[in-house]
Amino acid sequence: MHTNILSKATYYKVAVLLGILLAATVVVAQFDLGVLNTAIALTIAFAKAALIVLFFMHLRYSWPLLRLFAASGLIWLAIMITFVLADVLTRK
Amino acid sequence: MSATTAHLAHQFDDAEQQFAAAELGMWLFLSTEVLLFGGLFCTYSIYRLWYHAAFVAGSQRLEQVLGTINTAVLLTSSLSMALAVHAAQTDDRRGIVRNLVFTIFLGCMFLGIKGYEYRQKFVEDLVPGPNFSLTADQPNDNSREGRRDKNNRAGQPPYRAPSQTTLTTEPDVGRVELFFSFYFAMTGLHALHMIVGIGMLGVLLVGASHGAFTPEYHTPVEMIGLYWHFVDIVWVFLFPLLYLIR
Repeated sequence: MHTNILSKATYYKVAVLLGILLAATVVVAQFDLGVLNTAIALTIAFAKAALIVLFFMHLRYSWPLLRLFAASGLIWLAIMITFVLADVLTRK
Repeated sequence: MSATTAHLAHQFDDAEQQFAAAELGMWLFLSTEVLLFGGLFCTYSIYRLWYHAAFVAGSQRLEQVLGTINTAVLLTSSLSMALAVHAAQTDDRRGIVRNLVFTIFLGCMFLGIKGYEYRQKFVEDLVPGPNFSLTADQPNDNSREGRRDKNNRAGQPPYRAPSQTTLTTEPDVGRVELFFSFYFAMTGLHALHMIVGIGMLGVLLVGASHGAFTPEYHTPVEMIGLYWHFVDIVWVFLFPLLYLIR
C-alpha cells in the first residue's frame, strides 16, 4: 500500500543488476554447455523476473493475500507444465 | 483530505481499502495473463523437446544483437515506469510526465526494432506459409515464381514428413517452420500487449499533464505500471527461449 515508498537509488540498483544479468545470459549463450545452457538461461530469466516483481512491482513490501494472488498464476502454470512434461519426457 | 475523499467510491471504507481492492484485482488479471502466455510457453516446451535440432536452426536465423538491444530497451522502460510511479508517490508532477514520455518512447523503440525484425523475416522467406524457405537468402532466383519453383510445393500437403525433404543434412524444414510459427505467435501476442500498454500510457500522460495524479490518488499510474512490468517479464522469458537456443 502507500506506506512504503522505495528510494530512487533502489530502482537504479535493480536496473543495473538486470543489465548485468542480461549480459550474463547473452555471454553464456555463446558457449556450448549442452543441457546447462537451457538451465542457466532459465535460471537467469527467473532471477530477472524476481527482481522486477519484488522491487519494480513492490511485491516485497506487499501484504500476504496479494502475494498469494500474484503466485496463483505461476502455481497453476507450474502444475500444467509439470504434468505435460511428465507425459512428454517419458513417452517411448 | 479532500484530495483523498474526492476519489473515494462510496462502497469503500477509506482510500487505503480502495487501493487494496484495485491492487488485488490487477494481480488477479495478471494471473490470468500468466495462464494465457503460459499455454504458449507449455506448447513451445513440448515441441522444443521433440524437435530440438530444428528449433536451434530456427533460433540461429534470429538477430541475437537486435534481441539483446530490445531486451535492454524494455528493461530500461520498466525502470522509467517505476520512476514514474515514484514521482507520483512523491508529488513530482513533472517527473511523472517526463518518465511516462520516456517509457512511451522506449516502448515505441521496442516495437520499431521488432517491426524491422519482422520485415527481415518476410524478406528472408521465414514467415510460415506457402513461401517459407530456408534457402531464400541465397542470391539465385529471387522472383516470387522462382522461389515457388525452388520450393516445389505446389499441390503438396502442408505437412511434409522428414523423408520428403530434399535437405538431408539440415533439420526438417517443416519443423523449422513450426519454430517460426511459435516465434510469430509469441512475439506477436507480446507486441499486442505492448501496443495496448503504450495506448494506456498515453491516457496516463494526458491525465498527468493535467495534474490528475497526487500522492493521495495515483492508482491508475500504479496499476498500468504493474501491467507494463508484467509485459516486460514475458519478454524476459521470450528472449532466451527464442533467441538464445543452442
